[in-house]
Amino acid sequence: MGTFLHRHRGATPYLLLAPGVLWLAIFFLIPLAFLGYESLQSGLFPNFEFTWEFSNFSDGIRDYREQFVRSFLYAGIATLACLVLAYPLVYWIAFRAGPWRNLFLLFIVAPFFVTYLVRTLAWLNILADQGPVVGLLRDVHILDSDGRLLATTFAVVSGITYNFFPFMALPIYVSLEQIDPRLLEAAKDLYASSTQAFLRVTLPLSAPGIVAGTLLTFIPAAGDFINAALLGTPNQAMIGNVIQSKFLESLDYPGAASLSFVLMGLILAMLLIYARIVGSERLTG
Amino acid sequence: MNPRLTRDQLLRRGAAGVAFLSLPSLLAACGGGGGNGESSGELNDVLNFSNWELYIDTPDTRKAAGLTGPTTLQQFTQESGIEVNYYEDVNSNSEYFATVQGRLRQGQGIGRDIVVSTDNDRFLGEYLDNDWALKLDKDLIPNISNLIDAQAGPPFDPNREYTLPWFSGMDGIAWNEELTGPITTVTQLLEDPELKGKVGVWNSMGDTLGLVMLENGDDPANVTDETFDRALDVIEKAQDAGQIRQFYGNNYADPLARGDLAASMAWSGDILNLGDPKIKWAIPDKGGIIWTDNMLVPLGGSVPTASTYMNFVYDPKIAAQLALGANYISSVKGVKEEASKLNPEAASNTLAFPTDDMLAQMHQNDPTMFSNAEYEKKWLAVQGK
Repeated sequence: MGTFLHRHRGATPYLLLAPGVLWLAIFFLIPLAFLGYESLQSGLFPNFEFTWEFSNFSDGIRDYREQFVRSFLYAGIATLACLVLAYPLVYWIAFRAGPWRNLFLLFIVAPFFVTYLVRTLAWLNILADQGPVVGLLRDVHILDSDGRLLATTFAVVSGITYNFFPFMALPIYVSLEQIDPRLLEAAKDLYASSTQAFLRVTLPLSAPGIVAGTLLTFIPAAGDFINAALLGTPNQAMIGNVIQSKFLESLDYPGAASLSFVLMGLILAMLLIYARIVGSERLTG
Repeated sequence: MNPRLTRDQLLRRGAAGVAFLSLPSLLAACGGGGGNGESSGELNDVLNFSNWELYIDTPDTRKAAGLTGPTTLQQFTQESGIEVNYYEDVNSNSEYFATVQGRLRQGQGIGRDIVVSTDNDRFLGEYLDNDWALKLDKDLIPNISNLIDAQAGPPFDPNREYTLPWFSGMDGIAWNEELTGPITTVTQLLEDPELKGKVGVWNSMGDTLGLVMLENGDDPANVTDETFDRALDVIEKAQDAGQIRQFYGNNYADPLARGDLAASMAWSGDILNLGDPKIKWAIPDKGGIIWTDNMLVPLGGSVPTASTYMNFVYDPKIAAQLALGANYISSVKGVKEEASKLNPEAASNTLAFPTDDMLAQMHQNDPTMFSNAEYEKKWLAVQGK
């Protein structure tokens, strides 16, 4: 091995890449290719045939436009909410928490020690009609006497926001934590106000974290189905719910596969637009 | 498939009262499949059984039901020498089916000798129609004579060649007494403005539309496009009006107890197991639906081992312990009498041991409804999917 590497110095990076590439090939590319093959099939379970059935795609977009729009809307609102909630929090942890930083970071990650499903189920109790939150909101007349939080759009978007919060918080924290405090001192020396220093130094330097956090939140949120299934009603059904029921209930594998591809394609298209706006170097760090 | 008959099997067949192997069954055995009494595989010393959660007697439920002694699984092992790997891995018919269908499609076994599947959705039909269930060895199941007449010839398996009931349950309406008075008609459930936004229905088409069809005066055992659309219309209107809060799988009992739901379509056994005195259950005035979980032997399973177990649970003495331990309805003749000997009070509970009068109000779903892709599509569309 040693002499091989010595003779073929150029091979080292490829050898180092090999495990990762192999991993992606086996667990991403091959299933993706299979999904693509399945998405162009026709027929009824279990007798599907490959027939280049492109109408699966057009039918999917036509029949489920509402759920697609809703998914991106919910994911977008949740991503924004995550950003607004996470930024001040991790800013405080990075710059003000001092020796307690790791403890507070642990608090952010702590919910992840519990499985996704159980975390979401907990919200069923928190937001219950006879629960404390609804009771309080009724008392202060924010909700009318038979108003509810559970089984509403608010509950679904809140659930998504809660569940993906750490994906937004952690990347922003990492980028804030790397900022050299002397840069802020320099800005102040040059007569920048605190606001100006934040806008011209801190914010631009944390932008890669914001971009990474946005992607890590938005992409899985758009395909989520747990929150809509548990906290919503049919009026909140997202595209993930449609795909799930097509796979599990209807046994319509080609339909489910083609919808998955459409979802992937739409996310990719949005990613490209986003990259155009924020600059692709930020997207890749 | 192994057509060889083991010595053990021969002995069992002898015990089953088969005095000699007739020529046809020998020929069938040589042919390796299809014949009457033909068994697949040999008798194993381990049985792999997939079932729903909380669906069998355990030391705890036996204690609660006032039963003493080992569980029925332990009794089976003592009696037959067959160990049971009992998996509580069926959480929903559809998810279980999705997990195993890949292997079944390749003609491969799934590492199970018995799985259960409910007759109120399409998946039981998929196992049977695709030849993914193996024929039972009735010679090893003399106790099949204890199967109640009502279950002897279901439309999906008219001669009970592939399936046998595990438990049944009744579809009805449950309500939270603290939030509403008795709800005894489907119309009241779906239209009473007092219940707006606090009503649950099932996400399974057969159960929900079955109850609505009965209310409409239509026969759920014989569904036409017209009766289907009429029932779907009722649900769609209630959904649009905001009467229905959500379409539930088997997770409606908690919201009902918590007060998020005032009333919901509900299964008898769930309400019995919930054991909450403020939650009441009734068969709707126009009748209820009865569904049955069926045991079947999937591809690759050992028919003799599975058949031996099925024979064991069709002994009324064992069936009574199972029913008392799980609180669901048995399809074994004489189970109520045996249960009364063990625990007269529990055996008088009509949710687990319904009276003849209650059973007379029960109807079954039309299995052709479940394989109709158009119905499925419309049903999912009402749920926003």
